[in-house]
Amino acid sequence: MSKEPAAPPSTPDAPPALELCGIDKRFGAVHANRAITFAVAAGSSHGLIGENGAGKSTLMNIVYGFHCADSGEIRVQGRTVEIGSPQQAIAAGIGMVHQHFMLVENFTVLENVVLGVEGGALLAGGLAAARAELGRLARDYGLEVPLDAVVSELSVGLQQRVEILKALYRGAEVLILDEPTAVLTPHEADQLFAMLRRLRAQGKAVILVTHKLREIMAVTDRVTVMKQGAVVAEVATRETSPRGLAEHMVGRAVLLQVEKRPAQPGAELLSVKALEVRDRLGVARLKSVSFNLRAGEIVGIAGVAGNGQSELLEALAGTRAASRGEISFGGRDLVREQLDPRARRALGLAHVPEDRLRMGVVAGFSAADNAILGYHDAARFNRGGLRDEAAIRAACAAKMAEFDVRPPQPELRLAAFSGGNQQKLVLAREIDADPQVLLIGQPTRGVDIGAIEFIHKRLIALRDAGKALLLVSVELDEILALADRILVMNGGEIIGELARADATEEKIGLMMAGVRAEVSP
Amino acid sequence: METYTLIVLLLAATIRVATPLLLAAMAGLFSERSGVIDLGLEGKMLGAAFAAAAVSATTGSVWLGLGAGILTAVALALVIGYACITHRGNQVVAGMAVTIMVVGLGPTLGLAWFNLGGQTPQLDGAGQRFTGILWPWAETAREVPLPGLLYAELLSGQNLLVYFAAALVPFSAWIFYRTRFGLRLRAVGENPHAVDTAGISVNGLRYQAVIISGVLCGFAGTYLSTAASSGFVRDMTAGKGYLALAALIFGKWKPWPTLGACLLFAFTDALATRLQGVALPVVGVVPVQFILALPYVLTVLLLAGFVGQAVAPKAIGVPYSKEK
Ligand SMILES: Nc1ncnc2c1ncn2[C@@H]1O[C@H](COP(=O)(O)OP(=O)(O)OP(=O)(O)O)[C@@H](O)[C@H]1O
Ligand SMILES: [Mg+2]
Repeated sequence: MSKEPAAPPSTPDAPPALELCGIDKRFGAVHANRAITFAVAAGSSHGLIGENGAGKSTLMNIVYGFHCADSGEIRVQGRTVEIGSPQQAIAAGIGMVHQHFMLVENFTVLENVVLGVEGGALLAGGLAAARAELGRLARDYGLEVPLDAVVSELSVGLQQRVEILKALYRGAEVLILDEPTAVLTPHEADQLFAMLRRLRAQGKAVILVTHKLREIMAVTDRVTVMKQGAVVAEVATRETSPRGLAEHMVGRAVLLQVEKRPAQPGAELLSVKALEVRDRLGVARLKSVSFNLRAGEIVGIAGVAGNGQSELLEALAGTRAASRGEISFGGRDLVREQLDPRARRALGLAHVPEDRLRMGVVAGFSAADNAILGYHDAARFNRGGLRDEAAIRAACAAKMAEFDVRPPQPELRLAAFSGGNQQKLVLAREIDADPQVLLIGQPTRGVDIGAIEFIHKRLIALRDAGKALLLVSVELDEILALADRILVMNGGEIIGELARADATEEKIGLMMAGVRAEVSP
Repeated sequence: METYTLIVLLLAATIRVATPLLLAAMAGLFSERSGVIDLGLEGKMLGAAFAAAAVSATTGSVWLGLGAGILTAVALALVIGYACITHRGNQVVAGMAVTIMVVGLGPTLGLAWFNLGGQTPQLDGAGQRFTGILWPWAETAREVPLPGLLYAELLSGQNLLVYFAAALVPFSAWIFYRTRFGLRLRAVGENPHAVDTAGISVNGLRYQAVIISGVLCGFAGTYLSTAASSGFVRDMTAGKGYLALAALIFGKWKPWPTLGACLLFAFTDALATRLQGVALPVVGVVPVQFILALPYVLTVLLLAGFVGQAVAPKAIGVPYSKEK
């Protein structure tokens, strides 16, 4: 990712595109934003980073009119604006790309873009005008999207483009992106950044919320660091480094790369032979996959998203049926016996699903209930046929303390936790169960760097305790940091295996693109 | 009887049965596409039937009756809306509650006001009912076998509400797919969060949809008591609201397929009525209960067989709140 020449600096006396003055917001006892003040100039891009629960999303939701600030002022181009609803934010020229896309899935791209700004009671005229305007936007910003395609058929990266187009079509001068790359493949992320640079060059102000310092360094001009609801630092990106930012965020030096001793693989714990998975249409998503996991090693699965990693994880966890093949674990064949996920957990095969928010938690339940999901009938949580509430709460409180889940309130509804804290709770649940084999998908997606360091340490400790870990991640850095052995998937097959010592980003990258390597024994 | 006449009579009966079904199904279409389950169709229709007959009988004007029917159904719709949209209550419960309430309330008020055992007085004065409108040359056209008969018996001679129902289908399709309101309505039933972030009021849209459903139920109920028959009788909707809902589902929440489903249900109903007491080959005379059950059996079979392909609006039945 190289930096394009920076945008022409706006004239010094021009008011900033967006200015926040003393924004304050409480949710009950949680002080989510404390007198936040910062400004973003037109033609610049501003990074917003901070630990999980620091209040970044809350702040952006206030700017977009989703939440109402308790006090403080928002100024757009120097004018104070009242933003009480998304409609007012849009009118003020503020656009937002949410972490969960706000698209109508069975509508076409064009219909999604015009929704809310149809330009008249009848559609025909508005749609034609929008088509022309979108053509122009596509040319200006490199935002090519098939306008008549149905949204649900587009890739995640393209859906995100539709969200950006929506904002630009509404005349956004300030574009907010909340963790935009959490769902993207590295290639899609690069395309997004190219787009953002072009937007900046055209004079838009961009606010980027992210946990990935690499992205901050690559596309932003200035960075604001938040901690516990307050701004703790604001620096020019040029004058800082990932290490410096990490220290601001966490308040201490952070290991961006966790140290680990070489693995000492022991006995084979799990072996997979010729595993095949077909989807509902009968298309093979996993084609004859074979590998094994040994005690005391972390095996990483690398690959561009959508090449069968998810299916592999689900087939192993028992949430998706395998059509052929064998999974031997603990002396049993999980495929032939068709054991369900609970039975597999009971045998010591735990899993952290990739899409935790959909597959791993019940958002309306309390944190305490979520912390025992899947283990709810364990003896330690029950007494005389009833739930042992005190034990459940105590177990959750212990997990929260250990994994630094904030706020540490077991009875709080899970939905009221920030994204990263929800993730930490799921990880705590599965790691604390002390499984023989842990399957784990995207372990640090949406998690802040302090927590990444901690989670990586925990995973390595689990390995050193003689457990086997299977790690699926789209972050190559993460695979390289953790794995002892790396399997690369492409088109539903394992097309190569590398020992960590032999693995380089280039080698893995080539294999991910489908270039076969000689499979080492 | 001559085959032509038989066919035409069958089709005429189909139209009679299909009209209230279609009006109710279109009512449900608006509500459900906005994301609000419309189990109150039956109740709204029944309430409108009672109000229309009562007002028409008292004032002597069927138009005032229609107005009363619409107002009543809209009022009931607003009750559902208030419970489900404003207070995010359970939509199934609210719809059923309104229906149950009306089933009891209609006859009770009827008894109090008219003292006729829960019915309304017979509507036999001039202008108290919607009656057929004869088209030009209808009588002459009757001489020409099939096309003439069709013209005279089917196109001509229907009452205004039938023509209204027929026009409603293309009109609804136009609203849904060609207008801004339709786009927003479809969006809000699919992903209300998208509508909200686009700066449109989710609740506002859903209220509009629910009110439209009330208006159309008003027409449907009025048809039952002042066009298809001459007065209100206890339980006169006889499950038509639910049948309309089934037609809506079978029609995949789309106007034209829903029309098809309504016509199919109405046709089997008409056929069933025709078959009563007729000796069929092999089976002989079929007991009347079996024949009357035919449309419902068909409904169950069709829904069981085809509902798998029908995709409901994604947000249907889910009260909207900003948090996920
Ligand atoms: N609707 C809500 N009700 C109660 N508390 C909330 C609500 N939304 C957020 N909070 C709390 O406000 C704080 C800030 O949350 P926010 O989502 O802004 O964090 P964040 O910086 O975006 O974190 P992450 O990086 O994990 O996404 C958290 O402590 C969270 O628990
Ligand atoms: Mg957040």
